[in-house]
Amino acid sequence: MEAEAAKLIGAGLASIALVGAGIGIGTIFGNYLAGALRNPSAAQGQFANLLLGFALAEATGLFGLVVALIILFVF
Amino acid sequence: MANEQAGEHGGGSTGMPDPMHQFEIKRILPLEIFGVDASFTNASLFMVLAVITASAFLLMSTSGRSLVPGRLQSVAEMAYEFVANMVRENVGTAGMKYFPFVFSLFIFILACNMLGMIPYTFTVTSHIIVTFALAAVVFIGVTIIGFARHGIGFLKFFVPSGVPAALLPLLVVIEVISYLTRPISLSVRLFANMMAGHTMLKVFGAFVVGLGALGGWAPLGFMVAFTGLEILVAFLQAYVFAILTCIYLNDAIHMHH
Repeated sequence: MEAEAAKLIGAGLASIALVGAGIGIGTIFGNYLAGALRNPSAAQGQFANLLLGFALAEATGLFGLVVALIILFVF
Repeated sequence: MANEQAGEHGGGSTGMPDPMHQFEIKRILPLEIFGVDASFTNASLFMVLAVITASAFLLMSTSGRSLVPGRLQSVAEMAYEFVANMVRENVGTAGMKYFPFVFSLFIFILACNMLGMIPYTFTVTSHIIVTFALAAVVFIGVTIIGFARHGIGFLKFFVPSGVPAALLPLLVVIEVISYLTRPISLSVRLFANMMAGHTMLKVFGAFVVGLGALGGWAPLGFMVAFTGLEILVAFLQAYVFAILTCIYLNDAIHMHH
């Protein structure tokens, strides 16, 4: 296989990490909504934690994207 | 699509602009000090602009110092209260000593991210060297605070309590590694978020132009929505950076897990 082709395939494979970020973000917002509907009065207090969890989950997927970009541009 | 385009270094055959072109660093004032390239670049320019914007806003809004705040002064007071509450809740009153640092950090990153959202500007925080420098300052500072407050006892931070002795050698190694990767995860999180967002906006911008007046409306609508999300992310990442700084400070000051 050509090195260039392998690079592109590798970068594409690294982007699969975003699947995990999607699952994580969905879980966080889904569980927050489920909890907020059960106890709406406690929902406001956990909003900061929701945003923190969202950002952390999204960042983990973006690490995979960084790997893809490193494969494309550094090697 | 982004990867495919980016791999070609400059668009080329498909005629689409390179989405990575926006992150290019250009020298404005070439300058060399003792063999080190210390040129004033567009990144430096936007860092200076971010500091000027933030300082000018805070100075202007608080110059009146009226008892009943106007609109501008309210925004400045809200920003102060927001960060002060963040520090108080996460670190406690012992951490209020470090409030000016956390506030400056938050406002600087927020100003950089928001300036980057204006078309044709440069996003300083989309370069890992900038975010890594910020994260390294936090990491080194927090470690020094930990050792200054607890002396050599700060090393106990790496020994989890209530664990069987047989597991300790393994867990201490894991704790040390997780502590050492903090600056990396802190900097890559901010950098990757900003870079991915701006690349995506650029790629969809190319779709709008490429599809023309007939089919370009769908990606245009998506872009408007996505720009809104990017502004949220710009704020959120500054917030996350500041709150993680608070959490690390709390670890150094109170040492409990």
